[in-house]
Amino acid sequence: MTAMERIAMTDQPLLRVDGLTKRYGPRIGCLDVSFDLYPGEVLGIVGESGSGKSTLLSCLAGHLQPDLGRVAYDGRDVLAMSETERRRLGRTDWAYVHQNPRDGLRMGVSAGGNVGERLMAIGARHYGEIRDKAQDWLARVEIAADRIDDRPSAFSGGMQQRLQIARNLVTAPRLVFMDEPTGGLDVSVQARLLDLLRGLVRDLGLSVIIVTHDLAVVRLLAHRLMVMKSGRVVEQGLTDQVLDDPQHAYSQLLVSSVLQV
Amino acid sequence: MTAPAIAYNFAYLDEQTKRMIRRAILKGIAVPGYQVPFASREMPMPYGWGTGGVQVTAACLVPEDRLKVIDQGADDTTNAVSIRRFFQRTAGVAVTEATADATVIQTRHRIPETPLTEGQILVYQVPIPEPLRFLEPRETETRKMHELEEYGLMHVKLYEDIARHGQIATAYAYPVRVEGRYVMDPSPIPKFDNPKLTANPAIQLFGAGREQRIYALPPYAEVVSLDFEDHPFQATKAAHDCDLCGAKVSYLDEVITDDAGGRMFVCSDTDFCAGRRARGLIGRLGGDQKSSKTFANSFQGIWPGTEGAP
Repeated sequence: MTAMERIAMTDQPLLRVDGLTKRYGPRIGCLDVSFDLYPGEVLGIVGESGSGKSTLLSCLAGHLQPDLGRVAYDGRDVLAMSETERRRLGRTDWAYVHQNPRDGLRMGVSAGGNVGERLMAIGARHYGEIRDKAQDWLARVEIAADRIDDRPSAFSGGMQQRLQIARNLVTAPRLVFMDEPTGGLDVSVQARLLDLLRGLVRDLGLSVIIVTHDLAVVRLLAHRLMVMKSGRVVEQGLTDQVLDDPQHAYSQLLVSSVLQV
Repeated sequence: MTAPAIAYNFAYLDEQTKRMIRRAILKGIAVPGYQVPFASREMPMPYGWGTGGVQVTAACLVPEDRLKVIDQGADDTTNAVSIRRFFQRTAGVAVTEATADATVIQTRHRIPETPLTEGQILVYQVPIPEPLRFLEPRETETRKMHELEEYGLMHVKLYEDIARHGQIATAYAYPVRVEGRYVMDPSPIPKFDNPKLTANPAIQLFGAGREQRIYALPPYAEVVSLDFEDHPFQATKAAHDCDLCGAKVSYLDEVITDDAGGRMFVCSDTDFCAGRRARGLIGRLGGDQKSSKTFANSFQGIWPGTEGAP
């Protein structure tokens, strides 16, 4: 593809998923999932445990090899890429925020080192610049500057999750995968994190795919929503539309199951 | 002399084993810095005493070789003496303490001060061959990182050093990049010795017995110590001269001489130190012609040396 064609494609979706299927033996992980994600768009995926949303996310991020289907990122076929290319993409243009910050952080390395790792992985070799950038990002996720040399094990759960987000966003990715980023946090910390995420997504123009079972999270963050059940997408549309006027029986059940305080 | 009760093959290992090790060595030389797996054998010494180095040496030795064995630079410490005696017994090769005279040198944790020449083989004993091991415990993952040249993590370690200590505090086993490709652990040599790795005319072989890995540097290979642009690599040593031979440029051991704060600095390379003293170069405390260890041991309160206290 030439540079001209690439520029002409700016109105094209950033990520194009077509007929993605993953089976675990006879069991279905996810079945025939198709959607487009445009630059700056936040897509929420909701569904109960075991509905295939995490499988779908892993397939998209290249952690799992799907059985069928196509994933195109920025016009490039992700599944046909060499592993070197895919891992490079995973360090630069993409980011993956794990549910448990311990999966996404190096617990034995200081906060500054955690943020700097992605920079060093793509060739940064100037200590002062790496440190300045780490300091800047810690400030953006509201971690005090004097904690830069502390290890994540000395951080609270909410701080660890914010640190993980900083570590992922430092290389200015265009597409962020989030797997239950607010899971396991108490409600006030959750609210603060969501506020932060919403600001970052807006300021940086990120495209995000966020998997969660918490409808409040998608209500706040997501523009569009996909509801999954037993590996299939049963309903998709604008978030408010799906949540206010669910069409599929399962979506209705899901929305009505939310506890009202 | 009568034949020994058990007739060993030359240099202890059987010929098939030596062939297998030589194949690994050749592959290692062909792919500098790459860790070649090999079927490490049980050796009649414990792991950590140089079983990897001994197997590499055994595979390289020919009857005409002159062998030198050093441990932390010294020819006369337990590890060096036992390995030297092992090959004297099993291979019957000539041995020497002079770096320039040796054709094969097995070393633990040092590169001799005397520059090596073409035709010499330097064999290192390696405890942990994987430079990424303490950062990434999964072997599958570190192999993948080597395969895909993902070495950012190595700099995270150096970053942590600077963040914690204000400078790169890694003083030994300092990671290097070989020929612009593989990141390699140069075995626990002090980083003072790192500049000697590059463009060295000798063949450098690294053997890790417990971890079953062999890697190598062919002669004149380019070896670069990793660093940051604003914190460049520095080869460091104690800021003293040798107290026995007065050398300013050699790597020094610090020896505690009494329990009142007394200490002295001596060359860790005993052959280098003795050679200088034989040429009449004498340091601050080096009046008597004694070896460094005898000298250190002769102080009161440590051990009454056989040559008498000064």
